[in-house]
Amino acid sequence: MSAPATDARPEIAPPSREQARMAIRLLRAREIGIVFVLVVLVGVTALNNPRFLSPQSVRDLLLNAVILVTLAVGQTLLIVTRNVDLSVGSIVGLVAFGTGKLLLAAPGTPVVVALLVGVAAGAACGAVNGSLVAAARVPALVVTLGTLYVFRGLDYSWASGQQINAADMPRAFLRFGTASVLGVPVLALIALVLVLVVGFYLRSYRSGRELYAIGSDPDAARLSGIPVGRRVFAAFVANGALAGLAGVLYAARFGTLDATVGAGLELTVIAAAVVGGVAIFGGSGTVFGAAVGALLLQTITSSLVVLRINAFWQQAVVGALILAAIGLDRLLVARLDRRLRGRTIRDA
Amino acid sequence: MTLDPATPPPDTPPVPRGRGWGALATWDVAVIAVVIAVWIVAAVFVDNFANARNLSFLLLDIAAIALIAMPMTLVIITGEIDLSVASILGLTSSVMGQLWFVGLPLETTIVLCVLLGAVLGALNGVFVTRFALPSLAVTIGTLAMFRGLAFVVLGDRAVADFPFLWTGAVTSSIPGLPVPWVLVPLVLFAAVFGVVLHATPVGRSLYAIGNSAEAARFSGVNIAATKFWLFVATGAMSSLAGIYWTLRFASARADNAVGLELSVVAAVLLGGVSIFGGKGALPGVLAGVLLLGTLTNALQLANVSADVLNVVTGLLLIVSVLAPNLLAAARRAWARRSPPGQVPA
Repeated sequence: MSAPATDARPEIAPPSREQARMAIRLLRAREIGIVFVLVVLVGVTALNNPRFLSPQSVRDLLLNAVILVTLAVGQTLLIVTRNVDLSVGSIVGLVAFGTGKLLLAAPGTPVVVALLVGVAAGAACGAVNGSLVAAARVPALVVTLGTLYVFRGLDYSWASGQQINAADMPRAFLRFGTASVLGVPVLALIALVLVLVVGFYLRSYRSGRELYAIGSDPDAARLSGIPVGRRVFAAFVANGALAGLAGVLYAARFGTLDATVGAGLELTVIAAAVVGGVAIFGGSGTVFGAAVGALLLQTITSSLVVLRINAFWQQAVVGALILAAIGLDRLLVARLDRRLRGRTIRDA
Repeated sequence: MTLDPATPPPDTPPVPRGRGWGALATWDVAVIAVVIAVWIVAAVFVDNFANARNLSFLLLDIAAIALIAMPMTLVIITGEIDLSVASILGLTSSVMGQLWFVGLPLETTIVLCVLLGAVLGALNGVFVTRFALPSLAVTIGTLAMFRGLAFVVLGDRAVADFPFLWTGAVTSSIPGLPVPWVLVPLVLFAAVFGVVLHATPVGRSLYAIGNSAEAARFSGVNIAATKFWLFVATGAMSSLAGIYWTLRFASARADNAVGLELSVVAAVLLGGVSIFGGKGALPGVLAGVLLLGTLTNALQLANVSADVLNVVTGLLLIVSVLAPNLLAAARRAWARRSPPGQVPA
């Protein structure tokens, strides 16, 4: 396949090794900035009330962040390809309720089976989104806004007002929700493994790098032979699977389930990714950043309580933080741009 | 895959739509037809749908979404989006409640509230135009921030003692007619936004921005100023919707209309506006708002639970973006199969 000559753009020289290194430094700087904010926040809060760093308190914080981190990892896979999934909150709700139903019907179900069923159900939801976006070529924002309503509607009609109580759930399953290994909650370990595995995949695998290429310039990616449709479809399925996993984890953590579980979660997840330095228009960002972003949002909630700041401020602070994060990001990119340009002129 | 020069590449908009009044093309007509069909079906099969009282309730129900959907249409046509509208509505409601609570006259309060909305919209506009940030990210941020400020202002209190003179007036009907007063400002705003979008150079420049910002800039459109004022207008209209919401339910609360932004966006997209900008028309959007409102109303009357409505809304939204693509694909397949000269118009 060759592009017509009239469409050819002026050739851009490939970035030199030094430029590439600078870009990497910049990417690191983005995440380091967020880690720094997180450390300051934890520090200030702990100075105010040392119990904030007590093992129990840290465990609670990690447990609460698990669901958001899991979802942020999946959302990052999509956002780097310049797509988005608004239906994750509904998938979490649907799978969490389904898990509850499954365990009520068959209390002897092993935890692993429940996890696999949830992941498969989430992946199926993701496949619906993915096939609409990749095969029918309709914008992800619209499709997933549609499936947000559809999945939530299915959830409502399935639940039809029913609430599943933690008391009725099998003990073994709820124990899985609070179990820990060497003092670290199992759920947090699962989230950590996910971050490491997906982070490594995005960083070091060919198909992982291709996701970034798709997000940077979909047309260029297509022209250079990347199977854009297949990659985007796979990213949607993976994100759905992670949302399904988050649904099962929610069921294990809280046990009390109704049809409203996860409502409105989608915007918090996107906020976590954006705060973590994942560019909303694709092409850059890491799951580590997104995970730290999720942890930061969760820590803010806990800190405000400890600092006895009115909980009503929480949302306002989160909003201001999102604006600060994207503003800062823009500033860094502009600075890098200027520096690169200066260099090119000097080189020429 | 062979690239026939006659076949458009798959990424080009499949159904070309005109601009100006010519934009009233296939999709808008289709949505209006669906609305009429739903009205007929509902009138025949749903008890109490086609009476004056219910239709007046229907109008009261869709008024807030309609107020916000109109400026949102213009914003989305330029390729931007504003997700903070429901939070502006909520913050307006909180501030209105607090100002009334401390004893300010309602007239002053309302003026201040509309100004507040304009300022909040201007904040969005500054972030999007001055700092060149993506509006999707900015307005997710302000969505959280404005809603948070609404809680900071009013907490979990509710202010409900607004004078009946006002709360009654908002829901009362025009004497002798089965329609509420609210219809008058709605029609006026629809006329203003419709004329601006479809019959002025400003409106045409919005399509130009949405289709190609680069080309618009070269033809002398001040993109930043245009977008900025669109965000201001969206903020002010969201505040108006907030004032209306507060008076209609006689209740100022920080959590008024949580999540309404997605309903507004759904109605606009259902009305045939492309999320990528450059395409869409106001009549289609108003039909989209009416369609969602009618479905909600009729299904509630028919005692169908809200979950079915969710599924219907979602499916409609997906079909609204899927149908043009499928139609275009079918048309292309047809054109390829039939010999030249027999291609259907």
